[in-house]
Amino acid sequence: MSKTFKASIQKALNNANLTGALGKFSEAYKVNRAKAYEGIDFEALRTVIADRKSYAAAHLDSLATLFAQKAEARGAKVFRTGDPALARAYILQVARDRGVKTVVKSKSMATEEIHLNAFLEKAGLTVNETDLGEWIIQLAGQTPSHMVMPAIHMTKEEVSDLFSEAVDERLTADIPRLVKVARDTLRPKFLEADMGISGANIAVAETGSLVLMTNEGNARLVTSLPKIHVALVGIEKLVAAFADIAPILQALPKSATAQALTSYVSIITGQTPNSDGSLKELHIILLDNRRTEMARDPQFKQALQCIRCASCLNVCPIFRLVGGHVFGKVYTGGIGTILTAWFDALKASGEIQGLCIQCGACKEVCPGKIDIPDLIMELRRRLVKEEGLPLLQQAIYQVVNNRTLFHAMLRTASLADRPFVKGRFIRHLPMFLAGLTDGRSLPAIVAEPFRDRFKKIAQPRFKEKAAFFAGCLIDFAYPEMGEALIRILNKAGIEVVFPQAQTCCGAPARYSGAYEVAAQNAVDNLKALAGDEATWVVSACPTCTAALTREFQLTFESLGQTEWLPQAKALAAKTVDFSTLVARLVEEGRLTLKEGQKLGALTYHDSCHLKRTLHAEQPPRDLLRKAGYELSEMAECDTCCGMGGSYSLKLPEIAAPMLQRKLRNIKATGVPVVAMDCPGCVMQIRGGFDQDGAAVQVRHTLELLDEALESATP
Amino acid sequence: MFNRFKTKAEEARAEVHRFPTRAAALDFILAFLQAEGLADTPHAQALWAGGTFLDGLDRQPLAALSGLSFDVTRERAAAAKFGISQMAWALADTGTLAQDATAVAQRLVSSLTSIHLALVPTAGLLPDLPALLTRVNPEASGYIALITGPSRTADIERVLTIGVHGPERLVILFVDDLEAKV
Repeated sequence: MSKTFKASIQKALNNANLTGALGKFSEAYKVNRAKAYEGIDFEALRTVIADRKSYAAAHLDSLATLFAQKAEARGAKVFRTGDPALARAYILQVARDRGVKTVVKSKSMATEEIHLNAFLEKAGLTVNETDLGEWIIQLAGQTPSHMVMPAIHMTKEEVSDLFSEAVDERLTADIPRLVKVARDTLRPKFLEADMGISGANIAVAETGSLVLMTNEGNARLVTSLPKIHVALVGIEKLVAAFADIAPILQALPKSATAQALTSYVSIITGQTPNSDGSLKELHIILLDNRRTEMARDPQFKQALQCIRCASCLNVCPIFRLVGGHVFGKVYTGGIGTILTAWFDALKASGEIQGLCIQCGACKEVCPGKIDIPDLIMELRRRLVKEEGLPLLQQAIYQVVNNRTLFHAMLRTASLADRPFVKGRFIRHLPMFLAGLTDGRSLPAIVAEPFRDRFKKIAQPRFKEKAAFFAGCLIDFAYPEMGEALIRILNKAGIEVVFPQAQTCCGAPARYSGAYEVAAQNAVDNLKALAGDEATWVVSACPTCTAALTREFQLTFESLGQTEWLPQAKALAAKTVDFSTLVARLVEEGRLTLKEGQKLGALTYHDSCHLKRTLHAEQPPRDLLRKAGYELSEMAECDTCCGMGGSYSLKLPEIAAPMLQRKLRNIKATGVPVVAMDCPGCVMQIRGGFDQDGAAVQVRHTLELLDEALESATP
Repeated sequence: MFNRFKTKAEEARAEVHRFPTRAAALDFILAFLQAEGLADTPHAQALWAGGTFLDGLDRQPLAALSGLSFDVTRERAAAAKFGISQMAWALADTGTLAQDATAVAQRLVSSLTSIHLALVPTAGLLPDLPALLTRVNPEASGYIALITGPSRTADIERVLTIGVHGPERLVILFVDDLEAKV
């Protein structure tokens, strides 16, 4: 990452107004969004939206043609262009032909995308944004920091300074008063304007209609008062049928601002009367700007299902720390990263895609059902393909790709880190590595990894076998977790085998965009885990489990490699995460939890992959409750702890505040134990508490269950 | 459906009333305008944008009001405090009003004024948006307008503030004996 980019992150992180406002909003948003969707089957609703929008994305050309025909039949002029420069030139031409001097605008991201304001102003026109947030940032000479709430980064004091200057009167930071000033100042501008420019939230092909949603009422004025209305519409706003607008109108305000519906919805079809009885001149510009190309891309076509609600920003644990400006000038957050890569250039997303920690929170709430994290991964892959990996990473992955060398280096590291080890932690690292131990300690690499210890464990012989996939952390940092897993499965009459040729699951490489490396890791592991000796392949790391059940296949598919796909599918079918397997064994009566235990209160941290990829957040909770723990849920239990594999190495300045928030939420429950199913989260949170000093035990679910199970039933 | 509408509309900060007859609704309007300071001076006037509500009704009490006009122009609308218009439908699910607002007068009185009084036939109550979409035809109605509560913003520090560019009050009057649009 460049110094400039790192500096922009640092600047955002140090902006207390920004992080304060976004932090508060993100907390309130989760609650309010849930309330807004009460009684509504969100999955069903978003499936309908995704279906309608993906149909439209697959038929962009014919729908645009039909839209143009219908709108023109009702007197509109429709201009289709792929080129932002031509869109700008068209609008300026209309303005010049009609002697337009002043323009009022309602909020439109498409006009931001083509940098329309600056262009028109340079040509001598006066352009007034009328959405309050947009007007604020226009006065401030800034760009929107959020797609729906453009000025969320500014305080009322800053706004009162701007407005004071605009109206030449010293105003106090009284919000209702400031809003009144905006109303009074902008009202004459609406009445005087020669042209109104808007975007559209939806464009209906079968009727040629535009749908505009606002809360302030400015779009009603922009489309009613000036005699010329220009609408700039990205062609991804097209839907086929009039009835298709219902699900979008239902979801968009709920997902955007947790409202049932925006105050105003206008459905405009063709020319409408002006107040002097003449008909309004209506120009609709259908902007392509690589959207058609996107629709043809098998992976990225789904990004056209976006309805621009910005919920992916609202739930993003990174966005709430850094805000929108770090992402660039136009589209921000998760979907913004993807849109920037297409509408601007792939290279333009080179740094911002690195902000994504792959926690999957956005994917769960997206009303267009877009797998945003997967698309960001695909961006990463394409960037690496085009530009290669940084040298350091290349060196690392050459090692990771050679298991013998990789493991030999880990063993050497265990010796090398001795001078820094205190107990089982590394609290301080020298020089450029110091950031890694800022706010958290790292686990020391053990002298004897699990793979060596395994050979010394005497297990009873059982017919039923499970292959244990340890993953690097359990193997080299937490071997006792692997030992506990063996004790537990033995009690159920299952013998654990440990194929020694297993290696890194490939997640670190994949998450860095090094898919070739990840594919080689996958092949090595498929070879290691081949054979049908074992009924199960079990892992106590959700990231590894997700790799085995899902990502091996996705990596092969992305690379167009088919040779190992059947084996990957077979492996996926028998791979299971620890808690899901144990819950099943308990249900089948093969494992018994000790009766009547009162083990006290604990809280549970949801690991990203366990909850949002494996959807296995219930089994550990059920098991811990049955074992005798009282579950006291923390706030934001499923928000990422900031570990994110190598993320905390690349962006420790973001990972650290995520960890601090997690520690605060855990401590706020007042319970002495926090359980989780991921050794990566254990590493992050245990390391955090080691430096924080609070007496909270950080335990993997399997460590707690190991103590709570009855001995084997004879 | 009315109760659900009322709950939802009030959540969106609208005021909801219901009257058995047009005469009763008219009495309310007269009293309301006077209580809220109707006068024939700028920013105290009222503007009424047509509708079937007044058809066959005794307009005598209205004629006596100073500051009320039925002649909607953009200048008058820009100066008026009160806008009165008739909406065709009410969506219970979201507390939303809907109308064919192709006639610009309908939009002027409901977007430039500070207080919007919206008359709606109780028979125009519909369950939700999909039900509305089967009843309106965009190819016949160039401007379909949906209104849910007053104008609002939260653009400064996420603080909900009512009345930005549109009305700061939306007063909804359901009238039982007002005929629904066919």
